[in-house]
Amino acid sequence: MSAASAERRGEPIVSVRDLQVRFQTSDRRATVKAVDGVNFDVRRGETFGIIGESGSGKTTIGRALVFLLKPSAGAILHDGIDPLALSRGEFQSHRRDYQIIFQDPNAALNPRMTILASVLEPLELARVGSRAERERQAREALERVGLPQEFGERYPHQLSGGQKQRVVIARALTLKPKLIVCDEVVAALDMSIRGDVLNLFADLQRDLGLTYVFITHDLAVVSHISERVAVMYLGQFVELGPTEEVAERPLHPYTIALLSAEPRPLPSAMREESRIVLQGEVPSPIDPPSGCRFRTRCPHAQPLCIDRVPEWRELKPDHWVACHFADRPNFSPNTLETTP
Amino acid sequence: MEAGQPAQRKAEGARDGARPLLSVRGLGIRFKTSQGIWQATRRIDFDIAPGERVGIVGESGCGKTITGLSILRLLPGNFAGLDGKILFDGTDLASCSARQMRAIRGKRIAMIFQEPMSALDPVFTVGHQIAETLRVHTDVSYEEARAKTLEMLRRVGIASPERRIDDYPHQLSGGMRQRVMIAASLICGPQLLIADEPTTALDVTVQAQILELLRDISETSKTALMLITHDLGVVAETCTRMITMYAGEVIEDATVDEALVRPLHPYTSGLLRSLPHLSPRHGRLPSIPGRVPSIAEMPAGCRFRARCAHAAKGCETEQKLQDAGGGRKVRCWRFAELNLPGALHPPDTPAAAKVATQ
Repeated sequence: MSAASAERRGEPIVSVRDLQVRFQTSDRRATVKAVDGVNFDVRRGETFGIIGESGSGKTTIGRALVFLLKPSAGAILHDGIDPLALSRGEFQSHRRDYQIIFQDPNAALNPRMTILASVLEPLELARVGSRAERERQAREALERVGLPQEFGERYPHQLSGGQKQRVVIARALTLKPKLIVCDEVVAALDMSIRGDVLNLFADLQRDLGLTYVFITHDLAVVSHISERVAVMYLGQFVELGPTEEVAERPLHPYTIALLSAEPRPLPSAMREESRIVLQGEVPSPIDPPSGCRFRTRCPHAQPLCIDRVPEWRELKPDHWVACHFADRPNFSPNTLETTP
Repeated sequence: MEAGQPAQRKAEGARDGARPLLSVRGLGIRFKTSQGIWQATRRIDFDIAPGERVGIVGESGCGKTITGLSILRLLPGNFAGLDGKILFDGTDLASCSARQMRAIRGKRIAMIFQEPMSALDPVFTVGHQIAETLRVHTDVSYEEARAKTLEMLRRVGIASPERRIDDYPHQLSGGMRQRVMIAASLICGPQLLIADEPTTALDVTVQAQILELLRDISETSKTALMLITHDLGVVAETCTRMITMYAGEVIEDATVDEALVRPLHPYTSGLLRSLPHLSPRHGRLPSIPGRVPSIAEMPAGCRFRARCAHAAKGCETEQKLQDAGGGRKVRCWRFAELNLPGALHPPDTPAAAKVATQ
């Protein structure tokens, strides 16, 4: 992209402050705190990964980032601007810069529209140029994601899953966004195709200077593609740092357990025999545990963890964690397990 | 026949001439569609030894699920015919009577599925549904069945089973429901458990619990496990042998270690290479170009040919599943001259590994 945006690489493009998103249960008796106090910046030009299990709130964050959901409290700034303070018209054109792509391309494409018509639609809604100009841009976007010309005339059912996901990516690109939230975008694809689509994301980022927020439950995918990664548990971040740091030197017991639980396609001699298998499942976000939310499943929980919410602190440069004991020098499962 | 050792990493079992528990020979399944009869799978050959844990891997549409269902003769309505033999402990399941099949299904061969919620009946308690299997197949009293159900619930790791036995499925979490399914499948002490993507719908920390349970149960009760999955990591963690399928055929059959380190079929190698790894590396992922041919237009000869980097003259002829020595089998005539990469990434030392050794 332009030299100006390249220079500003690394500056925050999105700032999230004390974000809370709450939902009412269907009987209106209780409140689900899907996202409960999250702070982070997404830096221009980076891929920011968010991992978490189902119900952790990662998808809710993704939707809030592009204002498909309104925050219940806190703020999300795009490039220093609060989109909610804009007029309706300004908001409509502002949000073109912040796109989202979902998991299932079948649900994202209208089966009765040709591929070209689907890709044209955002340009038409935004009233970009003349008809011929719009078509040229749409075809260019299809070419960019590696689909041959003749695909424009086809219908979604004539395409494979990987090709459909490319169409969805092309459509998100038409309005030349600054940031794309990618919510489980490769989860529905077969493994031999995943690599292709992940490579495409990397190419587009290099060529167009895009910023991604990559939301997934798949550790391998997130660590392959992201520069920084946040680990989410029950509506909160428990750890955030450079991907290599988080993957190789994690600070939070939940991250350690998550890494340990990931099944690895390695021969027996190369795998670790002792793994940490967490007991139980994620508690309900309606009534999360007091203090540290992970304490009910944490192998090292102490009385302090019940009473006090762990502080979100930068323990190492750029590496944040919410755990009372993460900075203890003897912090490891083996030493703490014997502690009552 | 001996009940068999819990299968070791060094695949013994079938190789040592012990009589296999399950022996599938030339299995093919056909379906009726509006465009005529389609051959979904063909020429499927494999054995499972008593107590052995075998993974059936492949991408969507390769025929792995339908192969599992055909062993129990649970075939969909548009089923048009089946070729070959499914020998289970001497009985051919492909040709036995419906009555014989009912006596085997649920008792000697059990199956669990991906989505436990759709496999459990929402209007009966979980205790009722587990005991039902037992009461259908054996002559037990109500009290005995309940006692055995309680014991089985405890065995599959459900805390305070006395309280849970009268719960309805909706009162349980996803992981607990899958435990209930496993309890129901094991209550009659089957010799073979077929598990079709049993952890795909579960979170990774719960998946680890369920895989550990399956491995543990297979080892202690000598139940053979046929694990159908698309996830090579799950197979590596759980099984000792891996059968890879592509476009309705078995294309490789080897121990997990052999297949991961030195795959013999270009497709197996391509799959292993295309997996993103846990440790961060931002390089390009190798991928397999093209897509699986559609059932309606299967090419003659090697079905992987159009996507294969090693295709040569000779690949257009029919490929047999041939013996590759040491009990391995591969459907590629060039296997001996190809030296294909496997999961050759260096042994990553992510945090977990380090922590474990501290």
